[in-house]
Amino acid sequence: MKTKRGLKLLALLAVLTLVIAACGGGEGGEDETTTTAGTEEPTTTAGEEEPTTTAGEEEPMEPGELGVVEVGAGENVKIGSLQAISGDVASLGTDQVRATEIAIADFGDIQGHAVELAFNEDDTCGAEGGQAGATRIIADPQVVAVIGTSCSGAGVPASNVITSAGRVLISGSNTSPVLTSDLVGNEGPEHHPGYFRTAHNDAIQGAAAAQFVFDELGLTSVATVNDGDPYTQGLTSAFEASFEELGGTIAISTAVTADQTDMRPVLTEIAAAGAELIFFPIFQPAGDFLAEQALEVAGLEETILMGADGLLSDTYVVLPQTENMYFSGPQTPQGPAYDEFVGKYEAEYGEAPIQSFHAHAYDATLMVLTAISNVAQADGDNLVIDLQAVRDELHSMTYDGLTGSLSCDEFGDCASPNIDIVQNTEAEADIAAVRANVQATYSASDLGF
Amino acid sequence: MTQAATVDARPVRRVSRITPVSIFLWGLRIAALAVILYGSFLSISSGRLSASQWRDLIVFGVSTGSVYALIALGYTMVYGVLRFINFAHGEVFMVGAMMAFYVANGLSTTSLWANNPIVSLLIVLLAAMITSTTVAVVVERIAYRPLRGAPRLIPLITSIGASFTIQYLVRGLVGPSTKAFPRMEPLRGTFELGGFVILRSQVVVIVAALTMMLLLYLFVEKTRTGKSMRAVSEDAETAALMGIDVDRTIVKVFAVGGAMAGVAGALWGLVFPSLNFFSGFLPGIKAFTSAVLGGIGNIVGAMLGGVSLGIFESVGPSLVLAGYEIPAFSQLKDVVAYSALVLVLIFRPTGILGERLAQERG
Amino acid sequence: MARVVETPTAPEVELRPTPPIEMRRAVRLGLSGGAAAVLVAATGMVATFQPRMVIDPIVPLGVLFLYLVVFGFGWMAAQPPATLEGFAAPVIGLRNVVVGALTGLLSGLGLGLLLVLMTVFDLRGVFIELSPELVEILGFGYPVGAAVVLTAVVAAAVGALGGAVHLLPVRLRHSLMPALIWVIFFSLLTDLFGQLFTGLSLDFMVDLLYTSRGGALTIVGAVIVFVVFFVVYWFLGGREKGLRETVQSMPKDQRMRWQVGLAAVVLVVLYFIPQLMGPFVSQILVTAGIYLLMALGLNIVVGYAGLLDLGYVAFFAVGAYAGAILTSPQSPALSPELALVAALPFVMIAAAFAGIVVATPVIRMRGDYLAIVTLGFGEIARILLNSEWLAPYFGGAQGITNIPDLQIGPFSFSTPQDYFYPVFLFVLLAAYITLAVQKSRWGRAWMAMREDESVAEAMGVNIVTAKLSAFVVGAILASFGGALFGSQIGSVFPHSFDIVVSITILVIIIVGGMGSVPGVTLGALVLIVLPNLLREFSEYQFLFYGVLLIAMMLKRPEGFIPSKRRAQELHSEELAQDAWLEIYGEKGQPETVPEGAA
Repeated sequence: MKTKRGLKLLALLAVLTLVIAACGGGEGGEDETTTTAGTEEPTTTAGEEEPTTTAGEEEPMEPGELGVVEVGAGENVKIGSLQAISGDVASLGTDQVRATEIAIADFGDIQGHAVELAFNEDDTCGAEGGQAGATRIIADPQVVAVIGTSCSGAGVPASNVITSAGRVLISGSNTSPVLTSDLVGNEGPEHHPGYFRTAHNDAIQGAAAAQFVFDELGLTSVATVNDGDPYTQGLTSAFEASFEELGGTIAISTAVTADQTDMRPVLTEIAAAGAELIFFPIFQPAGDFLAEQALEVAGLEETILMGADGLLSDTYVVLPQTENMYFSGPQTPQGPAYDEFVGKYEAEYGEAPIQSFHAHAYDATLMVLTAISNVAQADGDNLVIDLQAVRDELHSMTYDGLTGSLSCDEFGDCASPNIDIVQNTEAEADIAAVRANVQATYSASDLGF
Repeated sequence: MTQAATVDARPVRRVSRITPVSIFLWGLRIAALAVILYGSFLSISSGRLSASQWRDLIVFGVSTGSVYALIALGYTMVYGVLRFINFAHGEVFMVGAMMAFYVANGLSTTSLWANNPIVSLLIVLLAAMITSTTVAVVVERIAYRPLRGAPRLIPLITSIGASFTIQYLVRGLVGPSTKAFPRMEPLRGTFELGGFVILRSQVVVIVAALTMMLLLYLFVEKTRTGKSMRAVSEDAETAALMGIDVDRTIVKVFAVGGAMAGVAGALWGLVFPSLNFFSGFLPGIKAFTSAVLGGIGNIVGAMLGGVSLGIFESVGPSLVLAGYEIPAFSQLKDVVAYSALVLVLIFRPTGILGERLAQERG
Repeated sequence: MARVVETPTAPEVELRPTPPIEMRRAVRLGLSGGAAAVLVAATGMVATFQPRMVIDPIVPLGVLFLYLVVFGFGWMAAQPPATLEGFAAPVIGLRNVVVGALTGLLSGLGLGLLLVLMTVFDLRGVFIELSPELVEILGFGYPVGAAVVLTAVVAAAVGALGGAVHLLPVRLRHSLMPALIWVIFFSLLTDLFGQLFTGLSLDFMVDLLYTSRGGALTIVGAVIVFVVFFVVYWFLGGREKGLRETVQSMPKDQRMRWQVGLAAVVLVVLYFIPQLMGPFVSQILVTAGIYLLMALGLNIVVGYAGLLDLGYVAFFAVGAYAGAILTSPQSPALSPELALVAALPFVMIAAAFAGIVVATPVIRMRGDYLAIVTLGFGEIARILLNSEWLAPYFGGAQGITNIPDLQIGPFSFSTPQDYFYPVFLFVLLAAYITLAVQKSRWGRAWMAMREDESVAEAMGVNIVTAKLSAFVVGAILASFGGALFGSQIGSVFPHSFDIVVSITILVIIIVGGMGSVPGVTLGALVLIVLPNLLREFSEYQFLFYGVLLIAMMLKRPEGFIPSKRRAQELHSEELAQDAWLEIYGEKGQPETVPEGAA
């Protein structure tokens, strides 16, 4: 009987697999070295073994020797990039990849070895993409550091994968407190040593927006709208917490979906709740619909609209319905150094920088390269880079970048960010004009962090 | 013998089967009703929304629902004749909307747009209708006609394939960015209607949708082509025996469905002026849900289903969920819509106006 | 009188000649080919693929792909019509080549028209890809007039080649085409093969075949690959079927030994694959494995029980979140922090519960209603998991993070290579269940219900339990996939569980072959592994999906490796024709005829 034989066969296979899995997969996650020599093993040069963990323990590795990367004579120092370069948020990632490339060109070489952007991976702004891209990059044992990710959702698994392999991950646009800390001393649940960022922490932006609304605009009843995305939801949560702490009330806290087109029922509810301002740090095209339909819903004629950096793009501010809207976002850098950067960007890529985090990515790249350069030691014609030393250097150094003075706290937040609140006083086609129209600026210390 | 046949007057006894499943379903029906009624009571009595705001919500629902209804017509007509779900219909709608965008964009630079908005609108409408019809007919010819008579799953998968193909072809051709429709000045602002205020664009949408539906209904009921469509949907083989060209009739069905979707696309641009290649996906699913809700295969049912779904989505969260003080209840509007579908189908398994095709099992 | 019973011998049947290929069809295909080529160019595929070299430095991918499309249309146009009952085998000759050339020419003219339009107008306001760079690529760098002529000529030649393929003797054709495909394979999957060779310590192969690790094939490399595979297929040519038949006709215990031997070899290979292939490929294999696990589950629901479930992702989500809640210390409400192994029974219970919840309202519903309602359930699941209302339990938009790695006893699995083994184990389990169920009472009940519900009920099948059990089994298998997925990535976010996942799994089982385990496996490999390895194509991945689906359903609806029964069901007419041919006609091999006789 075919069935019985088939089943017996499968049972046999299953048992064999169990045995093999127990033997093979079980050596504490060590990348098996039973194959013949020459296999690309990400841990051979980094030298780190992942010790067996007991269930529930958060950090799988002890700090200590992480191994070294040896860059041979004539070889390049390799770094990688993991950004969202496809899909709706492609502008966010592409902007930062370009900034990284400019930074590499500007930095020059490290003790005679050129710096190479060996990987340009896509994190698809999601966990799977972050994981897959990170895995791909660390498969190359020569990569010292990774610039990325774009979205915090991708940053969660990526920071784990990359830092577990000993390398450094530094982001120019992750803002979720989960990845570092809540800025008052509590470690974020997804924090891993070796993760850094030059972007602000959402807690700060939420507080800045709340303070502006309460102090400058003098409003006490606000509605918040997020779009179900971890970033926007984190930002509205931070805003709500700060606003209530200041003494305001949240009239209604609601959400839409990113592909929603009919905002009128939500807006009717907001009108019924009597909100004086709507804070909606979402993206396009949902933001387009919300702003436009707010003009049409009865009861919202006097309501002020406020968005965040997700909407600070020239395709949004040109829309007539966004006139007089406020936006919160990271402060646009100023000064000759920044102008020079913008000049190089435009010359190379034919357009002005697209999104709000290019300068942060530029600073992130330069900071990491400076750190590597400081700790790299020559050994004949080779260059020896101690991975733990890179991390220590990043924690101890102070770097002056386009976005300000960067020094990393114990949880990886390097920025002492300023948040600008800008206003779109007429439907400008020029995002730069909007960004320059600053209504208020808040620094971390202003907000009590 | 001419004896009046006397029917034995024994009454027919209905055998009722009370099964665990039927008890469960009845329990579900009662529980659902209780939840809805209690939630509604709490919402209304809390006075959170004024009467005019409730009215507004209903009107919003009717206008969005009208667009769903127009798209649903295409689904239901194709299902009626071919007995399969045409997943690609949402993309037919999207293509119409895209064409409407480009034509409107082009027209808006001319004086015609400002001076004669009605004519401009008609041009946009016509362009959208032609494009959608063409795409619908081409897809039928390439993907569906060779599969007549195949088991139902096969054309369904093909239509999923067609849906992906059209979406990503459009994405490749025009790019993934969102397109913003130019404004139509006369359509902004409101009308005063019997004491309450309604947005002009919504009036246009509802009136246009109703007109198209009426025309379609007359077309299907009164004209010869409509009659042949009904015949083919009833029994294709017999219709062929009666001399009806089944192939051509089916092409006409797709064409008419496509035209309706094209109108929906143009109207969509009026009400929701941002569009990208993915904009057809969700309305397609909603429209299909509407068609099923109203009774699939039934034209009036599609209209009814569409408007109902729009109202469920718009009013539902505020009416039922808010009463229970659920945070961010507006986020759950799709949950309300799909739950409404499930409940309607539990109460009436073939949809609101559907024929009872299968024997009801106790 | 004795009746003579005649044994059927080939009677004297007058075979009519098969009509030659119609030119009108060639024209139609030519215009379609032109439209297809224009679309390929206008959607940006040519420009995106062009930087990638297939054979360095002479064959870039963009132009190759474009002319492959033309080649395909030429091949289709010149295809000899099928030998039908009562007709002689078709003659193949010059006409085929001419038809191919005509089709190619028309396609080329379509491209030429595009070139002219692009040069005269700037259409980038509407069609963003029609850039001057594209004109350069399409026109091979020549000015418009010359470019149009050149394109038409090249396309005609390519089309003629497509037609000429039909002239080749079968064995040659069956060696040539696969060899060419392998060359393209080796070129596109350079990362994979590079990794493989390095893993096997055959670094010299990488240097020999490729320009660099991850680079294109060299000319020498292309020639080597081509020759090797040509020879392999040539020798396999006559013997392919023979091997299978030989194995099947062996006595029982000998066959058993073969199969066990084969299984052992497969196991050994699979053990080494994660080691050889490194973490990136292992990651892809793990993802494919999880999809395969779910596809086997959906196979039971759709393939065996005939219940079209479009919301299967809901069960995947239930498994992932149940696993996350029970194991992660970050779980908001309930945080028992069990090991995944200990949590599995509860995950199964949750999945079974979900299966019942979904199944019960739909018990009375017919096929298409069932589809849309299950789709609705899938969406409801995702929205509820993302909602702020249930965030205190499920984490809302922030998901649940910090899911610990899998632990079995003292062994810990953390890298993708490690996870390959447990995933594979579960896939085996699912395959076992699939096969066991097929011949069991349950399976027969499901299949009876699938064919005709009323009749099945009349024969004593309890429809209610059948439907419930189908959903529950499917849900449990999906939940395994979900739990492994959450554990491997380390976090679960709601946006990973959207409708595209359900549709992808459905496509895998249909395209792979519904009801057959090897088919579904192949489907998962093609639809998950390939797109992840072919990075340029990622932007057009769904376009290829769509076209693949349509093509498969038109030509081969039973899937790549179908279950025999389904293939028979779907091709009953063709099989009847073939049976006729066995008796009455030639063995289906059209002969080539000298020039002029076409």
